[in-house]
Amino acid sequence: MARKTLSVLLMDPPYESNNTPTALRVIDAALRKGHNVNVFAYEGAVALTLKGQAPHPNPVKGTTVEQQQHPTPKDWIAALMKSVQGDQKIDWINCGLCVDERGAGDWIEGARRGSPADFAKMADASNQTLVIATR
Amino acid sequence: MAKTLSIVECAYRGTIEEQDDTVLWFNQAMVNAGFEVDVLLRGNAVNYAVRGQDVSGLRFGAASLDNPPHIDKDVEWFQAKNRTVYVVAEDLADRGIDRAELVEPVKVVPRAEVARIVTGYDRVYNW
Repeated sequence: MARKTLSVLLMDPPYESNNTPTALRVIDAALRKGHNVNVFAYEGAVALTLKGQAPHPNPVKGTTVEQQQHPTPKDWIAALMKSVQGDQKIDWINCGLCVDERGAGDWIEGARRGSPADFAKMADASNQTLVIATR
Repeated sequence: MAKTLSIVECAYRGTIEEQDDTVLWFNQAMVNAGFEVDVLLRGNAVNYAVRGQDVSGLRFGAASLDNPPHIDKDVEWFQAKNRTVYVVAEDLADRGIDRAELVEPVKVVPRAEVARIVTGYDRVYNW
């Protein structure tokens, strides 16, 4: 299958919407098929790659942090970044102004800063683009 | 002690990342702290009472979700604590959910009865 490029715009912050795991499933599926993926994180979605996300225990269920195995979106995204093979690419751009207004600039390795113009360039260079907006 | 009814309508918002519904969790924490809290599921949240929900097997690259949410079990949790969970009948019907699919024992109530139920509580929180 010829390699194609998918671009995805995300807008929801972590832990707020099931749009995010669904979008990451789409991205995972595209990467597993060998395609390239671009992601533009806009507004609250810039927090998805925050390095400081930490798993916690669940006092309601009486579980320790080890038992709870609480997932963090930044670990999911890091796993997606590590999953690329050979010259396959995943390019993750966080909206710079969204980052500044939130003070949300401490990211995992692999994310970079950009602007809506970068999203437009991504879309131009892609076979398909998905905008998954906040509702 | 004041009796509280939590009406839950917003559903499946961050449930994968959180491993539960944050509103149900908040109410569980209040119950665990000794407060009398019942729950009424309406709108899309009526699906929380459907038995056998399973999102296991989710993976992103090499990262797997090894402890997925079990929201139907969280609904049953309230009953185990002697709390009541109401479910609006019309909202089940609108979504094609049969009562036989629900965890036991939630209390299915007609929409017209919700106003009367509300009057039985000192505090009502609409989530």
